[in-house]
Amino acid sequence: MKVLLRNPKREVELAGGRSVNRLLDDLELSREAHLIIRNGTLVPGDARLEDEDVIEVRPVVSGGST
Amino acid sequence: MTAQPSRCRVCKAPAVIDLPRHNANFCAEHLVQLCSRQMAKAIEDWEMFTPDDRLLVAVSGGKDSLAVWDMLIEAGYRADGLYLGLGIGEYSDDSGGYVRRFAASRGLKLITIDLRDDYGYDVPTAAVATRRVPCSACGLSKRHLFDRAAIEGGYDAVVTGHNLDDEAAVLFGNTLRWEIDYLGRQLPVLPAANGFPRKCKPLVRLTEREMAAYCLIRGIDYVVEECPIAAGNRHLGYKEALNEIERRSPGAKAAFYLNFLNKMSPLLAEHTASARGDVGSCAGCGAPTTGDVCAFCRLVEKSSTHEAVPVEIVLDTRIRR
Repeated sequence: MKVLLRNPKREVELAGGRSVNRLLDDLELSREAHLIIRNGTLVPGDARLEDEDVIEVRPVVSGGST
Repeated sequence: MTAQPSRCRVCKAPAVIDLPRHNANFCAEHLVQLCSRQMAKAIEDWEMFTPDDRLLVAVSGGKDSLAVWDMLIEAGYRADGLYLGLGIGEYSDDSGGYVRRFAASRGLKLITIDLRDDYGYDVPTAAVATRRVPCSACGLSKRHLFDRAAIEGGYDAVVTGHNLDDEAAVLFGNTLRWEIDYLGRQLPVLPAANGFPRKCKPLVRLTEREMAAYCLIRGIDYVVEECPIAAGNRHLGYKEALNEIERRSPGAKAAFYLNFLNKMSPLLAEHTASARGDVGSCAGCGAPTTGDVCAFCRLVEKSSTHEAVPVEIVLDTRIRR
């Protein structure tokens, strides 16, 4: 699957289907700090991702000191 | 073939998001409903404002401020936007574009202030000229100019997009250092007083993951990239620590912050009232201040006469540290 990552913006190719939560664990990314968009649609943690999918890993944490 | 195993808690349609703190999944429609209801509860619980009030929403181009503006308009409130051009290179150019497109597409009134054009400085220059941390120079400029715009524009309240994660991280930092004065003032609504406008944070019951999902579902295009200057700052470190706690104990962030408001804030109220100093008017701009000249006017004086500093210089300095 093609995976788009941010901060910095980059693209990686991963082989093998897995769940959203497993993908985040594999990438060592916090589930609380990211959303997964599969082929343009938001999906929950137990959704299955397949090799032909295009995945965006969107970070949600923002902000300087207030 | 892709599976869609989890279902919305409300309608049993395929879910788009899991929210461990609610021990539930939600479809797009009911996630939007959840966000709207949580905002409405915050507005009501802390008596932030009414539909008769004129609101000024501080918008940055990020998910939270655009979401709160959208939710307020959807809920029938009268809300204009205020965007502050900070002069942080391409990041500010992009952010301003998102705000202008959002306002134009909905026919909303947007007020724009540009630090360089209107006050002769930008955030990178102010950071170097005043030897402040860039986020501190930025925050000082925002607070002063949002307050002034609200007062001069006759608005009843300034609304910001601070969410549960923002407030929990600030609380975490203030608690680590036992900053009693700051803790006493950390409330979702600050009443108008001493020349300051009322300030409200309607998103304090919602996490930033929920707000990002809200924007995706509502088709709100926002700046996803992090502010290059803020990257790696202490505030973001607190958020990371709290998210690790949240992973082990879902709901911990909400309990930490909301129980602080319910149990600790009342105990601090007396201290806060007694610690309030005398407030006069700034000799430069007339804004409320405890000194002769307010911190913003001092910042402008130093920064506007300083040679312009490109954002790359500030970034290089931070990387070397």
